[in-house]
Amino acid sequence: MERKSVLIIGMLAIGLILIAQLFNLQILQDEYKITAENNAYKYVTRYPVRGLILDRNGNILVGNKNTYDIMVTPIEVKEFDTLHLCSIFGLDTSFVKEKFREYRKYRRKIGYRTLTFLKQVPGVEYSIFMENGWKFPGFSAVSRTSRSYPFAAGANLLGYVTEVDQEFIKKNPDYKSGDYVGASGLEKSYEKVLKGEKGYSILLRDVHNRIQSSLEDGAYDKAAVPGSNIVSTIDGTLQQYGEELMHNKVGSLVAIEPSTGEILALISSPGINIEQLASINQHYKEIVSDPYKPMFNRAVMSAYPPGSVFKLVNGLIALQEGVITPETRYNCNLGYYYGERKLGCHAHPSPTNLTQSIMMSCNAYYCYAFRATLENRKYNSISDAFNSWREMVMSFGFGRKLGSDFPAELGGTLPTTSTYDKIYGKNRWKANSIISLSIGQGEIGATPLHLANLAATLANRGYYYIPHLVKESAENPIDARFKQKNYTLVDTSHFHKVIEGMYMAVNAAPGAGGTARQAHVEGLDICGKTGTAQNPHGKDNAVFICFAPRENPRIAIATYIENAGFGGTWAAPIASLLAEKYLKGEISRPDLEKRIKEANLQQYVPVKRKK
Amino acid sequence: MGNKFGKIDIPLVICYLLLVFIGWINIYAAVYSEEHSSIFDISQRYGMQFIWIITALVLAAAILFLLNPKIYSVLAPPIYIGVCFLLVAVIFLGKEVNGSHSWFQIGPVSFQPAEVSKISTSLFLAYIMGKYNFRLGNLRNAAAVALSILIPMAIIVMEKETGSALVYCGFIFLLYREGLSGWVLAFGILSIVLFVVTLAVSPLAAIIILFILAGIINGIYTGKLMLHLAVMVPVALLLGFMPAIVGKWIPSLDSLKYEYIAMGVTSALALAAMWIFRGKRGRHLKYLFAGFVCSLALVFSVEFIFNNILQPHQRSRIENLLGITEDLKGAGYNVHQSKIAIGSGGLTGKGFLNGTQTKFDFVPEQSTDFIFCTIGEEWGFVGSVLVVSIYMFLISRLITLSERQKDKFVRIYGYCVACCFFMHFFINIGMTMGLVPVIGIPLPLLSYGGSSLWSFTILLFIFIKLDMERWRY
Repeated sequence: MERKSVLIIGMLAIGLILIAQLFNLQILQDEYKITAENNAYKYVTRYPVRGLILDRNGNILVGNKNTYDIMVTPIEVKEFDTLHLCSIFGLDTSFVKEKFREYRKYRRKIGYRTLTFLKQVPGVEYSIFMENGWKFPGFSAVSRTSRSYPFAAGANLLGYVTEVDQEFIKKNPDYKSGDYVGASGLEKSYEKVLKGEKGYSILLRDVHNRIQSSLEDGAYDKAAVPGSNIVSTIDGTLQQYGEELMHNKVGSLVAIEPSTGEILALISSPGINIEQLASINQHYKEIVSDPYKPMFNRAVMSAYPPGSVFKLVNGLIALQEGVITPETRYNCNLGYYYGERKLGCHAHPSPTNLTQSIMMSCNAYYCYAFRATLENRKYNSISDAFNSWREMVMSFGFGRKLGSDFPAELGGTLPTTSTYDKIYGKNRWKANSIISLSIGQGEIGATPLHLANLAATLANRGYYYIPHLVKESAENPIDARFKQKNYTLVDTSHFHKVIEGMYMAVNAAPGAGGTARQAHVEGLDICGKTGTAQNPHGKDNAVFICFAPRENPRIAIATYIENAGFGGTWAAPIASLLAEKYLKGEISRPDLEKRIKEANLQQYVPVKRKK
Repeated sequence: MGNKFGKIDIPLVICYLLLVFIGWINIYAAVYSEEHSSIFDISQRYGMQFIWIITALVLAAAILFLLNPKIYSVLAPPIYIGVCFLLVAVIFLGKEVNGSHSWFQIGPVSFQPAEVSKISTSLFLAYIMGKYNFRLGNLRNAAAVALSILIPMAIIVMEKETGSALVYCGFIFLLYREGLSGWVLAFGILSIVLFVVTLAVSPLAAIIILFILAGIINGIYTGKLMLHLAVMVPVALLLGFMPAIVGKWIPSLDSLKYEYIAMGVTSALALAAMWIFRGKRGRHLKYLFAGFVCSLALVFSVEFIFNNILQPHQRSRIENLLGITEDLKGAGYNVHQSKIAIGSGGLTGKGFLNGTQTKFDFVPEQSTDFIFCTIGEEWGFVGSVLVVSIYMFLISRLITLSERQKDKFVRIYGYCVACCFFMHFFINIGMTMGLVPVIGIPLPLLSYGGSSLWSFTILLFIFIKLDMERWRY
């Protein structure tokens, strides 16, 4: 073949390959046509209204208010009066300049797309903008809702909503940039229920990129599905009242309805200011740099030594193990002596039986009882005895997450035999080595939620429901785990003996040595136990748990206040005021209420201030 | 005068006018906006292109009617040397555009010497190869040809205009026409195939392909094709399934370098074949074996070339083309958007000015390197095939006309013109459709830009003039 022909044929063959690819792209494949339509149709997202959060009485804890996002399509923007735009929204001209510098820089990437220019503009600014809209070609407004909090209570437990970031989108491809998502609290745990479903409208653009009309009068549009409401177990009034009581105190206040496990109030103090919650991003720096860490939900995250309230658990275990009876008496001479050492106690009548030991919170009694539990002949070794003890403690919910529906719940701490093997050497430890556990000190850490759950368990005489924050409703069935009774490993018959002591601690005649007289309210039959937990940083922590009334209890409460000193002085009155508010609806001791509300115990909390 | 017109090759001129006109209206469509709706508005690219077109036509007329065609063979060497100086000078004096130093800015006009260099190199090639006693087989002559192509090519690479430099590879077709062995051409194509297979599949696959190819060629030459197949096919199958077999039964040897084993086995067989078929019948064998060894060396250096010699952006463009990576927002963005634009045109297109993809910057460079997108989108399959056909006709017409020249100078120059048009045509359109990696070179006569339009006009019309005057020689 002539070389000329080879070359012509080769060239024609290459030409045919190009034509074949044209045929493939333009005739055979549909993919590119659809993608082109995507480019030419303008999809406008219709955002759903987020579900409401109601309290147990139907009050709106979290609602929605209308705000507007101002959008901009950089390619459509023509010259406009920057100063005028700035004056409408109260902006700095440098902000606008910076934005547009960015748009120019990324114009290739942005293409025809519409971007968010300003977020959460209030209605007033929006209406001024709309009147002058024609002056700003390329700008538009999209209605978005943002959260409002008519009840002004429960910021930490409700949680906040924020715009998704790139990292989140990577992990959750359902979300697109510009979407909102619950980032903490109930907003986070019930995101799926609350969020609803986005819709869209399809608009057609002509060659000049002007929106011409909606596609076939919206026949292909998809309406947004609003999110479902959730009914929380919280009592808004009680939550609010609790927050008032805890003002200027560092700690937690948790109230549970024992018969259901429903959390009535969950206060972590100091908390996030609810007025900042809707626009938390603007206040984020301020909140994070607060030395009292308002974002940290102490009620479910802090592992504190429970202090004397833990004696209740040790007493019940000792009864269960048969190492004491309600009539067992132990002497207390200002403390428990072992070897050269002494675990001190305050002055009180001695010897005491079980009821008296609870009423007067005798330390020595529980040292003896705990030692008897661990040196029980029934077990081959102290390790076995300890493990049995530990298992029973865990059956009260300690040392693990209770499994509530709160997203950030932590499990506290509970030592194991290997904890002590490490400290003292294997089998080199005895009951006396770990004697501080008997009074709830040492290596044990419990969250205020654990303690409230203990109060509820005592109220129920031996079982608890997992504490939870949301009631069952048609749209939102709750998990089966919230509906079952969890019995402890202590026989229910032992509980009334301990409860008698708790009743006496609050209601014994003045002068009889009851540690929680401050919690006494006529006619409420509050049963409680004080605690004063050692805090290596500053004054002791004040602890109090209680439930009321004694028969058919309706509320169980735990109060934990950091560096407030003796449990009976501060923690007990707060809990009793909360119980009174809930059970009676009014307060019979206005002086006490005033004193508590005005007290500033926060000043005793040592903080590291960031420079 | 009428006489003169009669000798002008009308089909070429019609092709030229058609392409220039199509280019102009598509540049208009690509950058159209309502404020500047007049196609003659010189503040816009289409208005500027109109000026370039008018001046290009003046240039064409000057070449046809004013300039004496004899000057080209006389002036070829000084022009060539002059342009080479310009090419070097622009590296130091030119302004930087997209990372390359290839543009002179003189007042409001910028100008790219690399475009002119196509003309000067073509003329110079025609000059040295057109000499009476030129033989490509002569080592001195061959070296002169190689150097006159490689020198401007190398300088352009130094300007970081790799795309423009690649066009010079097209001169290999001219050399083939002028007597270069077809094996060189075949080896060139084989190298591209091996490069692609090594990257996209594996070195092992490339070696097996090479082995089978060498075997078939040897079989045909020696007349013992069946014998070759009988040995080759089982060996190829065994080598091909080796990774799977080893992976399944002897997983401990998983990290084995299969390509080295394959290299050993196939080389041994090739040596054996050389021994068996030595003597008269096997005289071609040393060339075949040399080719085989070179190809093996290529396969093993692909990775090195790819990772060390190519620039990162070139690497990502190739990876993207071969589907090794898919990055529709980054390196693959242009091609993806360009394919969408062309694909969305359908059979008959969306109509003039009705394209949506090429507006609003969906496709970058839509009036220059990606002008074919606008054609594909607005004129559809019908319009695109028409444009491709015009190029195919133009190039085959150039070849046919070159062949009828009595003067070697004109014939070689004509082939050079055809090669330049072909390379630009194939690389540019192939790139917009994702067949060729993204290489930024314009579509001749269609893309926006004065330098490019002028140089292709001059390139083409010098040939038309020379063809017109062929009776004089």
